[in-house]
Amino acid sequence: MTPANPSPTAAKAEASGPEALLEVRGVSKRFGNREVLRSVSLEIASGEFITLLGESGSGKTTLLRLIAGFEQPSGGEIRMSGERLDTLPPYKRRVNTVFQNYALFPHLSVAENVSYGLQVTGATKAEIPGRVAEALRMVKMEEYATSRTTKLSGGQQQRVALARALVNRPKLLLLDEPLSALDANLRKQMQTELKSLQRELGITFLFVTHDQEEAMALSDRIALLKDGALEQVASPREIYAHPATAYAAQFIGQTNLLQAEIRGGVARCGQLQWPAALPDGGAAFSLRPEAIRLSRDGAPGPDAIRFGAAVQQQIFSGSNEQLELKLLGVSLRARIPARGLLAGEHEFWFSPTDAVAVRE
Amino acid sequence: MSGATPATNRSRFLGIYAAAVFAFLYLPIIVLILYSFNRDGVGGFPPKHLTLNWYQLLFSDGAIWDSVVNSLLVAGGAVLLSLTLGLLAALALDRADFPGKAIFRRLVLLPLILPGIITGLSLLMFAVFSGLRLNLLTVFLGHGTALISVATTELFAGLQKMDRAQEEASLDLGATPWQTFWRITLPNLKLSLIAAGLLIFTLSMDEIAVTFFLIGRDNTLPLEIWARLRRGITPEINAISTLIFGVSVILILIWYQIRTRSVGTEAQELLERP
Amino acid sequence: MYSRAYKSIVSLPPILWVGLFLLLPYALMFAHSFWMVRNGMIVHDWSLRNYATLLQNRVYLEVLFRTMRIAAGVTLLSLLLGYPLAYYMSLHAGVRKDLLYQLVIVPLWVSYLVRGYAWKTILGSEGVLNGFLQYAHITHEPVSFFLYSPFAVILMLTHIYTPFVFLPLYASLEHIPRSLVEASQDLGAGSRATFLRIILPLSLPGLLAGATFAFVLTLGDFLAPLLVGGPSSIMIANIVQSLFGTAFDWPLGAAISVCILLLTISLLFLTERLEKRWAFR
Repeated sequence: MTPANPSPTAAKAEASGPEALLEVRGVSKRFGNREVLRSVSLEIASGEFITLLGESGSGKTTLLRLIAGFEQPSGGEIRMSGERLDTLPPYKRRVNTVFQNYALFPHLSVAENVSYGLQVTGATKAEIPGRVAEALRMVKMEEYATSRTTKLSGGQQQRVALARALVNRPKLLLLDEPLSALDANLRKQMQTELKSLQRELGITFLFVTHDQEEAMALSDRIALLKDGALEQVASPREIYAHPATAYAAQFIGQTNLLQAEIRGGVARCGQLQWPAALPDGGAAFSLRPEAIRLSRDGAPGPDAIRFGAAVQQQIFSGSNEQLELKLLGVSLRARIPARGLLAGEHEFWFSPTDAVAVRE
Repeated sequence: MSGATPATNRSRFLGIYAAAVFAFLYLPIIVLILYSFNRDGVGGFPPKHLTLNWYQLLFSDGAIWDSVVNSLLVAGGAVLLSLTLGLLAALALDRADFPGKAIFRRLVLLPLILPGIITGLSLLMFAVFSGLRLNLLTVFLGHGTALISVATTELFAGLQKMDRAQEEASLDLGATPWQTFWRITLPNLKLSLIAAGLLIFTLSMDEIAVTFFLIGRDNTLPLEIWARLRRGITPEINAISTLIFGVSVILILIWYQIRTRSVGTEAQELLERP
Repeated sequence: MYSRAYKSIVSLPPILWVGLFLLLPYALMFAHSFWMVRNGMIVHDWSLRNYATLLQNRVYLEVLFRTMRIAAGVTLLSLLLGYPLAYYMSLHAGVRKDLLYQLVIVPLWVSYLVRGYAWKTILGSEGVLNGFLQYAHITHEPVSFFLYSPFAVILMLTHIYTPFVFLPLYASLEHIPRSLVEASQDLGAGSRATFLRIILPLSLPGLLAGATFAFVLTLGDFLAPLLVGGPSSIMIANIVQSLFGTAFDWPLGAAISVCILLLTISLLFLTERLEKRWAFR
């Protein structure tokens, strides 16, 4: 299926603006005969918060470990500020990692954990206490400097892990699903703190997660990985509004995936039809639930594609209603502002620009 | 990866060191096995005329086989005794609280950590004190008691691994604790029981320090060999030693396979990292 | 979930058995140490004379110190062999570590006697080692100090106890999460620093357990001197053995045994306390 636009992956994988800090060039990784990463290329700009988003098995953790130095690429290379990174052992890279299970050293106190990187790289005795204190203050853990790490809660351990990495002033900070072990409220709180910390420090963050909401909330750019290859790399708003593929459309946010036939510039799916400037043939379109509106709620524009549908199911969720609509040949999910029970047939509409053509 | 980094060199050096340690552990045994086939006795180098004479001599040696039978009797009894008491002890440690529980646990483990002579002599004094004659029975009691800890440790680990909810489900469905024990608990412990039994059997067959002081007229195999050593070294002893080694290896490897299936090794768990 | 009856049924038999067949015997040994022998009979005359004899008799003290030196030597050598082996297997062996583990535990459980006997045949003047050295023209005469010397005892017991030392050490090393090693490297520590700062401290509980085991068991060993040690390597347990044998003085033998017992228990107690402090869980 020929894509309508040039591959967004290629275009957006290049960092715009300041010079690229990290370049991943055609990196592939094989474990035995299983190919986990397939010729991935990505540029990361200095000072940006970029997220590797994907399901388990997508290769996101593997890519992170390649950058950290715990695995070697089977092919391709990684460069930082122009110089080869993948040939260096992990302890020589200016990259630090916040591990998923924090990996705090149980036999060292909080302060000793945080000062570890400074000690082994030969920082002067005089400056260590100051930098440790500064790092602990950044994560609001100054009171716990002498505590044993095993006595801390999950959230506290996570902060210490963060401080331990940041104190070394790395060029790139890798975060491997650091919030996945926290409960929902703590997670939201840590997300805000992480974001503001990153802005304040200006350090480049490479964040790995499978949670698309988290990715959208935190990132300057999202790199969506699927089966070892990049699906799309773009800002959260861009990915949401213009997903490149069906997978991207469905993984990030919710969507209706419409299989349409295009003839003479018109796309047809069941009883729906809308203008589409694409060559004849089959195509998939992504239509977000919130793009479908109830005609009764407000004046549809002149280009609006109107249709009648029966409300099969209605789920109330506070500020809006989630509707299951049944039309001829197709089912749709819609989200409209809360307005009480609806029954039977109603007229709905959507704007044709909201139907985004996606690759499959 | 390009070239030899310091890491791979270190790895190579460690590998050689490890191989050397393995050589140290196995060479004496290999030599022993080799010389059991040597016509000209034990000693000198290299062993020239290889023969099966010594094995033939061994198989017609009645005293040795009598002692093997004795050892089997004692080992079999010890397995039964240790497993029964060890199972009860494991259940007690897992589920009951009683005064002196900590002391009990240490006491049970003591024979494993103390030099055999201490346990052996204590049991000797006990035998004399209670008027028991020294014979295979005393040896059996000694082995059975000393090896309870082996059973307890294995079975306790098996109990910990067991899903507690299974017993709860059984009771919930109407089974009495007695039925639950036989239908649910025991089958779950099957592998642990077999593993413990194998280990106890092997240890009992090889036991010498405690047995030394509890033996009467009838010798167990190790003590029969010990008595022979007093008279001089012959390759016949090499032959029986080789057989002991062979059987032990088989039993230990079986034990290991069963154990890793039942309790799992940390190594296995670590290798299964996501 | 478990009724009182259930708990009683499972607890009482082992408690009674262990009380009768372990506690009572050890207590008997303890009691014997305060008695004495008169006219070839054991008399229940309570006193501390046996212990006084021990402290005053130079021979006993010398033998005890020799035994402790041998035990220390065995422990040290076992650690020197066992630690690098465990380290290699845990951190460098990859998928082969399971197979290698089996290779280590086989000598562990195979008969003490078989292994001791093997050394006896190897180290003698007419033995395999001498035969080999002469065959290879490295020596021209049999070397006699291989056998019937403290050297032989240490060698044999190191051979026996290296797997003992290896086991808890390996378990300890395996328990160290790999993410800690990665974190250490991530923070800039090379292999040596990672080993000294992270791996070694966290492997101490296992190291301590193994070392204690080897030390205590060597301390009470009487078979090795009889097999390969000769008269110059008599250890404290041999003295006990003869006191219960031809030298018939059970009370004195019991006193020495009690000393060994107390030494063992205090060592175990000490290492348990240390292990708790260093367990970092």
